[in-house]
Amino acid sequence: MRFLLKREMTMEKFTTLSSTAIPLDIENVDTDQIIPARFLKATDREGFGNNVFRDWRFDKNGNENPDFILNNKTYSGNILVAGNNFGCGSSREHAAWALTDYGFKVIVSSFFADIFKGNALNNGLLPVQVPADFLKVLLSEIKNKPDTQLIVNLELQTISIKGTSFKASFDIDAYKKTCMINGYDDIDYLLSKKQTIEAFEAKKTY
Amino acid sequence: MGKTLFDKVWDAHVVDAIENGPQVLYIDKHLIHEVTSPQAFNELKERDIPVFRPDQIVATADHNTPTINQHLPIKDLLSKNQLEQLSDNCKKNNITLYELGHKYNGIVHVMAPELGFTQPGMTIVCGDSHTSTHGAFGTIAFGIGTSQVAQVFASQCLLLSKPKSLRVTINGKLRAGVLPKDVILYIISKLGTNSGTGYFCEYAGDVFKNMSMEGRMTICNMSIEMGARGGMIAPDQTTFDYVEGREYAPKGEAFDKKVAYWKTLPTDVDATFDKEYFFDAEDIEPMITYGTNPGMGIKITENIPNINDASFEKSLEYMDFKKGESLINKPINFVFIGSCTNSRIEDFRVAADYIKGKQKAQNVTAWLVPGSKQVESQIIDEGLKDIFVNAGFELRQPGCSACLAMNDDKIPQGEYCVSTSNRNFEGRQGQGSRTILASPLVAAAVAIEGKIIDITKQLN
Ligand code: SF4
Repeated sequence: MRFLLKREMTMEKFTTLSSTAIPLDIENVDTDQIIPARFLKATDREGFGNNVFRDWRFDKNGNENPDFILNNKTYSGNILVAGNNFGCGSSREHAAWALTDYGFKVIVSSFFADIFKGNALNNGLLPVQVPADFLKVLLSEIKNKPDTQLIVNLELQTISIKGTSFKASFDIDAYKKTCMINGYDDIDYLLSKKQTIEAFEAKKTY
Repeated sequence: MGKTLFDKVWDAHVVDAIENGPQVLYIDKHLIHEVTSPQAFNELKERDIPVFRPDQIVATADHNTPTINQHLPIKDLLSKNQLEQLSDNCKKNNITLYELGHKYNGIVHVMAPELGFTQPGMTIVCGDSHTSTHGAFGTIAFGIGTSQVAQVFASQCLLLSKPKSLRVTINGKLRAGVLPKDVILYIISKLGTNSGTGYFCEYAGDVFKNMSMEGRMTICNMSIEMGARGGMIAPDQTTFDYVEGREYAPKGEAFDKKVAYWKTLPTDVDATFDKEYFFDAEDIEPMITYGTNPGMGIKITENIPNINDASFEKSLEYMDFKKGESLINKPINFVFIGSCTNSRIEDFRVAADYIKGKQKAQNVTAWLVPGSKQVESQIIDEGLKDIFVNAGFELRQPGCSACLAMNDDKIPQGEYCVSTSNRNFEGRQGQGSRTILASPLVAAAVAIEGKIIDITKQLN
């Protein structure tokens, strides 16, 4: 792709990731759960990780809820494997910032809400959409064997369990894939199109 | 082959396309507010990029503003700082801002249409998922993340792949007491919360043709609640009449020229959609939600369904409801009439009409929060305020308020709130709060009775 030549690096590059994963077996996780509204008063992008899943992680007095999976030290890793329809609701990009700030680099689900997916990709957080039955097996494998290593290969668009033949491929827009692999973002591209945009403005008919 | 309303508007805004990739879509209007814009302004500053078209941006303060004593300094320092940054950023970048206290201030999706900023055939974006509201005008309008806010600042464009198309057609006549909110809650309860993901939805048929602009906005507003990026309704005489004469609307000959163009926008008869759904108006009744997503809705007369599913059960546990039970006679202590879904003058007229001459139940705290300063003035001018105050309701000042509880308007832990807003997610209206979504009529009735009642009995 021609436009990529003169762009600077603005995002962290992503090619492959091998990590253990945290199984969040809950459906319809909305962005209000990922980061509740009362934490949206900040005016920069940092520090949201402290409050990711705040009301599931902590009780009203700020004590850890031992039943919530993120507080279960058996599970760790940069991959969050979540139930169907992840990221629905509010457009708050703070949700993506909170997840990356906490340390996640990949979210796996059988379905992602549109805006969340875009926000994630714009922040170097890879949404990996897998078939529902694959997700089911993945969740139970991780739950049973917390040291299960997942391998996410963006180049090949595959996710697999290390040391097994258990594998699925996932879709990603070709342009977004190039951006993720190279650490580019959309602003660079749009700025390179300034003249075309101005020409469009000059002759728009509606 | 014919084109859909969505195709026509989209195609007219494509600046360029990347091979095997997204298109560059031109954005006519960009709405901003205090919560999702500061990081975008920062990014531009850090990268030394100027705002490209400041005159196509309008700003308001809404999410984080207090709804009482708006003339006093804001007590919460973080909120105060966020509002100050918005003012500062707008000033530095020559962006029109309707700040707290301004006669045009209000919830972004209420004030923009009111000012005639929203017009048919446009593309409108805002860092807020309920931007879909503006689709009521035959506009492509959708919510974006903060990175995209920065992209629009920088280039007045976005990189997007064209979504698929979906149409929901409802013909027939709505029953008495069935409001636009019931129609959209009904649609979402039938289709589910992710049925629209990847799609833009058009609403067609008698029901929407006969609906006011306020009602159409309520419908399009909640398109996001079925996963759709946005919803649209074909512009017609109702639309043109609403837009004409408003502050930012074209005037005189320019307006006539626009109308001639807007008339070409409705979907061609031979156009096709990727998905189509049909419902009958007569099947819709006043609705209510019982769970923690907007798809968990039933007719107020129905019982909670019996579904064996872990997510469903988790949701009922949070709400402290049981499978198979009816919600009628459940005591309710909080009622909220407001939010970008139902805080326009029509919503308050419906509520006032029901409340007139009655008294709020003792146990109920009832907040009425207008969507904008203009709606607030209308409420006062039309004498509705007196009706509300005499009945024991509290009319507050405009803002998002208890819709997302970012300010002090929070519902206490464990309490139910019958709310005209759009989301019943866990803790949406305050930590541990339980939200029941309904129309302004149902909300008003609940406030009077202090419990959920079968409103249909009073309507027939
Ligand atoms: S009223 Fe609620 S849904 Fe609407 S913009 Fe404000 S917070 Fe969002």
